Amino acid sequence: MNQQEGYADDIVKGFVIWSMVWGLVAVLVGVFISFQIAFPQLNFPPYLTYGRLRPIHTNAGIFGWGIGSFMAFFIYITQRLTRTSLWSPGLAKAQLWLFNVVIALAAVTLAMGMNRSKEYAELEWPVASLVVVLWVIFAVNIVMTIVKRREEQMYISLWYILATLVGVAVLYLVNNASIPVSLTKSYSAYAGANDANVQWWYGHNAVAMVLTTPPLAIFYYFLPKATGVPIYSHRMGVIAFWSLIFMYLWTGAHHLLWAPVPDWVQTLAMAFSVMLIAPSWAAVFNGYFSMNGQWHQMRENYLVKFLIFGITFYGLQTLQGPSQSIRTFSAFIHFTDWVPGHVHMGTLGWVSLVLFAAIYYTIPRLYHTEIYSIGLANVHFWLVLTGQLIFSITMWIAGVQQAAMLNATNPDGSLHYSFIETLVELYPYWHMRALGGVIYLAGLLVFLYNIYLTIAGAKTQAAAQRA
Amino acid sequence: MIEKKPIIFLLLATATILVGTIITMVLPFRWINDPKLAIASVKPYTPLQLEGRDIYIREGCNNCHTQTVRPLLSDTERYGEYSKSGEFVYDQPFLWGSRRNGPDLARIGGKYPDAWHVKHMKDPRAMVPRSNMPSYDFLNRPLDTSLSEKKMKALKFPYTQADLDALKGKSEMDAIIAYMQKVGNDIPWRKTGKTEVLGELKNPFQDNMSVLPEGQKLYAEHCAQCHGIELKGEVGPDLRDMDQPDSKVFATVYGGITAGGMPAFGDTLGKERTWKVVTYLKSVHKH
Repeated sequence: MNQQEGYADDIVKGFVIWSMVWGLVAVLVGVFISFQIAFPQLNFPPYLTYGRLRPIHTNAGIFGWGIGSFMAFFIYITQRLTRTSLWSPGLAKAQLWLFNVVIALAAVTLAMGMNRSKEYAELEWPVASLVVVLWVIFAVNIVMTIVKRREEQMYISLWYILATLVGVAVLYLVNNASIPVSLTKSYSAYAGANDANVQWWYGHNAVAMVLTTPPLAIFYYFLPKATGVPIYSHRMGVIAFWSLIFMYLWTGAHHLLWAPVPDWVQTLAMAFSVMLIAPSWAAVFNGYFSMNGQWHQMRENYLVKFLIFGITFYGLQTLQGPSQSIRTFSAFIHFTDWVPGHVHMGTLGWVSLVLFAAIYYTIPRLYHTEIYSIGLANVHFWLVLTGQLIFSITMWIAGVQQAAMLNATNPDGSLHYSFIETLVELYPYWHMRALGGVIYLAGLLVFLYNIYLTIAGAKTQAAAQRA
Repeated sequence: MIEKKPIIFLLLATATILVGTIITMVLPFRWINDPKLAIASVKPYTPLQLEGRDIYIREGCNNCHTQTVRPLLSDTERYGEYSKSGEFVYDQPFLWGSRRNGPDLARIGGKYPDAWHVKHMKDPRAMVPRSNMPSYDFLNRPLDTSLSEKKMKALKFPYTQADLDALKGKSEMDAIIAYMQKVGNDIPWRKTGKTEVLGELKNPFQDNMSVLPEGQKLYAEHCAQCHGIELKGEVGPDLRDMDQPDSKVFATVYGGITAGGMPAFGDTLGKERTWKVVTYLKSVHKH
């Protein structure tokens, strides 16, 4: 055990490594299903069809890669910001085991078709119950560490961490309420339009509490660490924090525009979605202004490149998102490929770039070494950026094209295209998207290789020193 | 200051999160469950339909197919009457979906005959060339009915012993088709929304040979799946040597035959292309 200043860092290493494993699974499955859409012969029923694999892709991405690395960095950051070792390293160890068991169980049960069908809440009730146990263990450990802290002030990252802990708990418990029929089958406790409204309150706030507040906590911690200069404005961070967690919860129904849920819920969702631009961009500006006088670091410091591109995609994402939440625009692009294009700018651009930076920062420090190759980190950067942009841009164009075709009418008012006529025009875009995915995967492999050699090098070094 | 008091901070953050939650997630239950929105003709699922729905969920059909028709021209013209909240009161979970890799299915019930679905599930591209749907031929296996009664009880749906007995010998294919034929079909929209073609219509392309290639192409795309590429009939009847007047054929293609399982093509083809199909149909003979 080689623990710096008594911090429980071995557990951080465990979470980082396993989150990278699940991240690779998510991307591999993602690339495979992108080929399935373009080449339906690649569906191998019953287990390997698009319908069963897509939830594995999203769950491995959000819960395996996302939550896994958030657990790593919440433990890492909290200890340092409180100047306290983790409340219970033993509990954290159990948490890592349970985490891997849950994600593996999720993948297996989803492939077997045990599926609640609600997006990002697909896991059947026994697995979902394990998720709850996992989260409680995690939350208690972090909160107790903060309670016994030695640094009185809580830095902004800790705010986002605390909000995440309570937010995810509330969302997950409510949306997973089920009527069990057997160990492998349950029905949602809510019906029809009620169920839809609960689901998208959950679905969109999973974006808030999983894909926004944790990366922000990580960004606010690692940007100053990487640049060596403090964050521009703590006050702006505070205002943005409270308005963000207040407004997000109103916006779920923008996924249900024109659907049979009450109009006023849709209108509120639309209004709050547009209002969310303000707190989102407060974080973006906080990032940019922190770079005042430091922009040369974009050239010299590869970590800054990942972080600043990350926050830039966050900024773009939080402009595009609200625009899609407006009824008229939603009428046009909803249900088309535009939406996966949007989602992947957030997940690949914002969340993953910030996580890459955090991993590049922490792994050499945890193993008392230097990164194996900054050159490879740059190759990684450009490959994942190119892959992601090809993905998103082709999907936006595909979405607009299909929407235009679906809306085209003849002079007599009848529709000009049947659904399948609009679909066959999408194949070229789907080929491009699959190519983007392959490039992204290549970038990810370079990243994993770099991290692997860094850790392996550190181990030989340590062995040599002992000898 | 509250950044020095983590527990108070946690409580405040929770309260902040709960405001929007209560207003936009909890309160709407009252509006959505307003008795005025109930639709009497909407019925719970039978055991067979429910098993079919569970297969739809198991296979993740909702990852590519939505089940909400929005009150927008491009939706209602393409799929049918827009969806109403009262139609979904027995849907646990809801299956509205979020992405249309395939068409919306909210009004699929009654659109095609069962035989169409069997063929399409087995080999989607045989019915819809260049479709990217996976083949679901494997659903031709016996339906597992061990939980059927428990499921009906869990959802408090009414059922009889006869309903349960009817599950004997059914395949998963039978179940999913039974489910699909029910979706969106509990309100009489097909009947009331049916396009009535009135009066003596005159074919603008009568004896106009130049439209035959286009008519044939449209036939291959829209009609051949059921009537065969040579019009010999399969799911639908033989269409060669048709002795009906052009106007009658037009009315059938344009408005469909609800009881006979013939879908209406007026919304997708429009008048002009329908006439071209009619012209082609009338030109094909047995010899």
